[in-house]
Amino acid sequence: MASTPAPVEVERPTGHEDVETDRLWVVTVWNDPINLMSYVTYVLQKLFGYPRPKAHRLMMMVHTEGRADVAHGSRERCEFWCSRLHAHGLWATMRRG
Amino acid sequence: MERTRRGQYRLRLPPQEREILRSLPRQLRELLGTSDPALRRLFPPAYEDDPERQAEYEGLVSPELTRDRLDALAIVERTIDSSKLTEEEITAWLGALNDLRLVLGTRLGVTEDMYEEGLPEDDPRSPAFALFAYLGWLEEQIVEAMASGLPRGEGTGPG
Repeated sequence: MASTPAPVEVERPTGHEDVETDRLWVVTVWNDPINLMSYVTYVLQKLFGYPRPKAHRLMMMVHTEGRADVAHGSRERCEFWCSRLHAHGLWATMRRG
Repeated sequence: MERTRRGQYRLRLPPQEREILRSLPRQLRELLGTSDPALRRLFPPAYEDDPERQAEYEGLVSPELTRDRLDALAIVERTIDSSKLTEEEITAWLGALNDLRLVLGTRLGVTEDMYEEGLPEDDPRSPAFALFAYLGWLEEQIVEAMASGLPRGEGTGPG
């Protein structure tokens, strides 16, 4: 179950900028046998401000399919979210979208 | 465990349970200073396929994660006998309990089946698993109380 990506402003390439920083990155949360479902839902609400039904849906996806993409943004932003997810004990990675 | 109207949390624990919990923060603090493999679960990689970026990430983030965890453990130790906790204190309890569960669960090799089937009585892991289950129960209580204090949320967030 994929969520609709937020609109992204696309700048016209000049050939000089670092294309990587404009690329969209995606944060994935992975299933693990230890974290409580209620805790994962709570963390998704708290960190991303998702309404409870959305957080619950993402958690269920992690639980039943093994993983869920929970956020996307610049590399810096995604690193920040990974660090917050890691601080809360979730297994999270990031990749280029 | 319940959240009061003034945004504090009432924590009712029998003395035996407080005794069980009392020594756990110190044990985790000591562990955080070692290179125990169970700790790796507390510091997962952000980049799976990019060792250079992962090394940068680790250099920046691991010390922060360690510091925040030590701060939370200190708060739990300070409030181990409290019957009322502030938002900050209950957040520390939640983090510390979750970290303890992660380390204990990793050491035990907990699987999803174990929750339903448990362990045979003569399994030497049984006492540790009982502690693990207890910590999960307590954490569940805290999550429920804290979730009731979250804003309902109207945005769609960055996902």
